[in-house]
Amino acid sequence: MNGRQLDRHPGEFVYKKRNAFLNRDTWGRFYKNKSALLGLCIFSVFIFCLIFADVIVPYGKALEQNLRIRMQPPSAAHWFGTDIYGRDIFARIVHATRYSLFMGIVSVAAGIIIGSAIAALAGYRGGRTDGIIVWLMDTILCIPFMLLALAMVASLGSGLRNLLLALVVASIPIYVRVIRSSILTVVESDFVEAARCCGTPDRFIILKHILPNAIGTIIVQATTSVGTMITWAAALSYIGMGIQPPIPEWGSMLAEGKAYMMKSPHLVIFPGMAIVLCVLSLNLMGDGLRDALDPRLKD
Amino acid sequence: MFRYCFRRVLIMIPTMFFVIFIVLGLMNLTPGSPALMILGQDATPEMVEQLNRELGYDQPFFMRYITYVSSLFSGDMGRSYRTKRPVFTEIESRLPTTVKLSVSVIILVVLIAIPIGTFSAVRQYSTFDTVGTMTALFFACIPAFWLGLMLILVFSLKLGLLPSFGTDTWAHFILPAFTQAIPQSARSMRLTRTTVLETIRQDYIRTARAKGQGEFKVILNHALKNALMPIITILGVDFGFILGGTIVVERVFSINGIGLLILDAIQVKDIPLVTGCAIIFAGLYMLVLLMVDVLYAFIDPRVKARYQRKASMGGML
Repeated sequence: MNGRQLDRHPGEFVYKKRNAFLNRDTWGRFYKNKSALLGLCIFSVFIFCLIFADVIVPYGKALEQNLRIRMQPPSAAHWFGTDIYGRDIFARIVHATRYSLFMGIVSVAAGIIIGSAIAALAGYRGGRTDGIIVWLMDTILCIPFMLLALAMVASLGSGLRNLLLALVVASIPIYVRVIRSSILTVVESDFVEAARCCGTPDRFIILKHILPNAIGTIIVQATTSVGTMITWAAALSYIGMGIQPPIPEWGSMLAEGKAYMMKSPHLVIFPGMAIVLCVLSLNLMGDGLRDALDPRLKD
Repeated sequence: MFRYCFRRVLIMIPTMFFVIFIVLGLMNLTPGSPALMILGQDATPEMVEQLNRELGYDQPFFMRYITYVSSLFSGDMGRSYRTKRPVFTEIESRLPTTVKLSVSVIILVVLIAIPIGTFSAVRQYSTFDTVGTMTALFFACIPAFWLGLMLILVFSLKLGLLPSFGTDTWAHFILPAFTQAIPQSARSMRLTRTTVLETIRQDYIRTARAKGQGEFKVILNHALKNALMPIITILGVDFGFILGGTIVVERVFSINGIGLLILDAIQVKDIPLVTGCAIIFAGLYMLVLLMVDVLYAFIDPRVKARYQRKASMGGML
């Protein structure tokens, strides 16, 4: 460690050594994990659909109704068959990927950013601030996630923006709880103490020392949470409180197909499989990242 | 122990106040007045204004909150806007169904997850472990409402073995209970496996084996007993998710429980009913968390000793 480094950022050397998430070995372990790679491959397909949905199949095909071909089984013309209005299920699933993944990723990103800020404040300040924040979060957690999200959607109105807001607000206490426990272990570290002794401002310590060292937990939590948020968003749409038809969404597709599933099971099988595969890929990646960050956990 | 429980129950009161504050606050954001929702679009502005005054909606939010909390102390949860019946009566008739469903789910989770998770850990890297872990990973990703639809499709519509809706007999609860229990068991099984794996590497397990104790006894009396604490903690936390999940599962299987009641109430913005249901859900969840804490003392003698020591010190003081 040279003196220049210490002058610029107290504790930076230790931080660089400790930041396991940016470590090349971590990524090496991740790429060696076959199930994590499988998850990455499946998730790449969904990301491809998210970016190139219009290239794969035009959006109009997901909305175009044709009652003459309603509830057709899978065929060469319609890979996943057609729904109750004669719309192409494959086109709807591909375009629903955009909405579901967008909701999952954005809600988790926003929730994690706000949750990390609150958790860092609670963990770093400790004492009464920590006590009040923990009590508030625990109290909000007493209201089941679904009920809180439902109440928010009901009061703000359904639709993509409000659904997103409901998911973010309802999930913040969960992130605060998980990230705070990880931050508490970092706060006690010597390099944080060293930074404090050097008179580094609190904001700098939180942003440059504490949060980067807790990034592993945050990323693992974020990866698995995207899957959870996708499931909750689909559940809210399924009960008619999320994204409204005719916009394609996996949950609302299931709700539409439920009444006809005896005659045409493909109406519910394909949208459900899309949710399962998306969540599975995210969980495989999350598990892989967790094992790569701390190989002891693997066994 | 009794003192500790009493203190915990006392702490539940301010928590409940805050829960009511959040729910009433959220409902307060709803556009439109409750009187308009009750009377419909044909009502005159005078009628709307009069009913709003009767309901207390001419008062500021904080005053309405105080009024609600004080009436709650006298056992009055208000009346449903839609049915005009007392909220307590509405909830009372539906509560047993939801409790029966949630308890069935927890029992199934314990019966499925703990034995499979423990056996998987004891036989680490065996075929059973590999198949079990992969199956659990898959089932943990399945949304309960989709699994419910698939179970209805196979067991009700195709095979005709089980009813797909209603609550008349125990058979009606089989599909809804498994719908919630399977993904939950998969998650709990993975947790049980990890916890037991950590425990069986401890020195006291090696000591027990060195003393010549049978493997079954070592696992049951030493490993599982020590691994139970984190498992029970997570099961208690998961109970909140199970309660929330009943909203969707009751919708899938058309079960007349609190979940369906709250969903209908939210859709028509029946504020007293929504608040009443939220209080019941939060109360049930807090009660389960308290039970988990009490259960610790029965499982772990160290926790029991801590309570007893505190009690005796309190007596001395």
